[in-house]
Amino acid sequence: MGQGMEQRLTIEASGLDGLFAVLEERGFTVVGPTVREGAIVYDRLASPADLPRGITDEQDGGVYRLKKRDDDALFGYVVGPQSWKRFLDPPVKRLWRAERDGSDFRIVPEEVPREAFAFLGVRSCEIHAMEIQDRVYIDGEFKDPGYEARRRSALIIAVQCTVAGGTCFCVSMNTGPKSESGFDLALIEVVDTERHVFVIEAGSPRGREILEALETRPSEASELAEAENRIADAAARMGRTFDAEGVHDLLTQNLEHPRWAEVAGRCLSCANCTMVCPTCFCSTVEDVTDVSGDHAERWQKQDSCFTMDFSQLHGGIVRSSTRSRYRQWLTHKLATWIDQFGVSGCTGCGRCITWCPVAIDLTEEVAAIRANPPDAVEPHRRGKP
Amino acid sequence: MVPELRRVKRVKRDTFDTFTLMLEGGGVFLPGQFNMLYAFGVGEVPISLSGDPAETGLLHHTIRDVGAVTRALTRLKRGSQVGVRGPFGSAWPIEACRGKDVVLMAGGIGLAPLRPAIYSLLKERDRYGEIVLLYGARTRQDLLYVEEFERWRGKFGVQVRVTVDSAGRGWKGNVGVVTTLLPRVRFEPAHALTMICGPEVMMRFSILELKSLGMEDSNIYVTLERNMKCAVGFCGHCQFGPAFICKDGPVFSFERVRSIFGVREL
Repeated sequence: MGQGMEQRLTIEASGLDGLFAVLEERGFTVVGPTVREGAIVYDRLASPADLPRGITDEQDGGVYRLKKRDDDALFGYVVGPQSWKRFLDPPVKRLWRAERDGSDFRIVPEEVPREAFAFLGVRSCEIHAMEIQDRVYIDGEFKDPGYEARRRSALIIAVQCTVAGGTCFCVSMNTGPKSESGFDLALIEVVDTERHVFVIEAGSPRGREILEALETRPSEASELAEAENRIADAAARMGRTFDAEGVHDLLTQNLEHPRWAEVAGRCLSCANCTMVCPTCFCSTVEDVTDVSGDHAERWQKQDSCFTMDFSQLHGGIVRSSTRSRYRQWLTHKLATWIDQFGVSGCTGCGRCITWCPVAIDLTEEVAAIRANPPDAVEPHRRGKP
Repeated sequence: MVPELRRVKRVKRDTFDTFTLMLEGGGVFLPGQFNMLYAFGVGEVPISLSGDPAETGLLHHTIRDVGAVTRALTRLKRGSQVGVRGPFGSAWPIEACRGKDVVLMAGGIGLAPLRPAIYSLLKERDRYGEIVLLYGARTRQDLLYVEEFERWRGKFGVQVRVTVDSAGRGWKGNVGVVTTLLPRVRFEPAHALTMICGPEVMMRFSILELKSLGMEDSNIYVTLERNMKCAVGFCGHCQFGPAFICKDGPVFSFERVRSIFGVREL
């Protein structure tokens, strides 16, 4: 997917029906935001009527609430508890089956998925999250064929953020609020008393082909100015800030910092942060058999480093304390991820802050460690064999 | 991600709770690498290859019966099928041993992943100086591969020293931790390379002793073990600081892991 200066075009909000029709014609399953049980989640959409109209979200540490907007915006909120990893790397999936055959058995591999998704309403931080997961599943020595097939076929329709959430800090992580690449199409919603339009641009040949099939008109200068204003406004209203400078060394050189015990006193080890994180990739496997014992299956399930048995060995549990599990999660996300994959594992989406039941805020935890330099803390514990 | 099926050619009982599965079909592997073995319907476990890398016909896996999957593997007989993925992971630095004394330190089943290294070293015995094997086990009944020690001593001049934590009746050998054997063998610490495989606490104290004898961190190699599900860096379970033990390890230069080796609960 490339980037380039495309001529800016505009579609009317009512023209989204046309977009759905064009996507369906091309065989895509449209997935996007919709309201369910008091939250904005990602699911299959039948039409633009399924989008959350005139709704926004209030977010803070441990707080998530939907509210009415005073306009009919379709994308006037930020990210909810789910991310697209749910579709690219399903949380529960069968890896293969095994069938007994006399005293032998045979293994039946799972077929590579054929369904092609069109993701509608992907935010800049989420495009970065997908690119981070690509490094895990596609770019290394080993590839996950299911992930690769879904990722390569997925059409990315970005929506540029025109509002910022209370826990957002993409500006600090250089991941938003505006998507510059990694999309097939990008929309900027402009809604006020006189108009409800989307400024639309293509970011790939596939996106361009779809754009040409839509009913568009050249954007008016006032629309473009308003669109850019709204993105700049979102950038200026980030709910959180994070100083990422030198965070790798800061955390890896402070593995015995007293702050870990302090945060462990609040952390419930509930694993919410890892479930909502768009880049967390840990999984476990379960081997199951039916009653006859002739049919076995191997299933992969999303897992979390906050669970006790995650680090179980024959000799016991390696990370038995909450302190060690929180430390593992945070140092992996912000520091050792860089060693492993060349980028931070954090996109600044803020989900882990919003969905933490006790409002633990990673930006605050890192700031607390930064405020208390390494030399002040038990230097004799470091580097000891 | 999908296992390949292999047939058991032979099962050899090594001790009361440890046995070696020899699988048909063979394959190429490096000393120190491991396979994921799948027992039908029960699950998959990482098991080090314990045979001779030059013997390409059979794949040896020495397994201790400690959990549900290893228990299921004990029930396999000649002709049974087992699922195999691998080989995975990093290897012992055999090339780097050239011209050096080589010290191998093993604790318990830790001798199994070292045995392919021993075979490789003995294949070209004259390339190396002294070869020392220091081996500690809980009791005499836990000792692996004892029938090979005499050949290694007699034919190849390997200094094999064995110790046990608790001596039973009739044991006339050494008693105590494996590090107590270090002063009893000849090697030049400044020109030696050490490979250690055993419980973390045993490796930690071995390293302290080796360093006090003047060994450099860069000449000490260790293997690490963590919970492992996928063996290909996807499941996240085996992380050890920046490393995935499945693909960056299990063999590490101590120099690489020094800063985090002693950190508890990492």
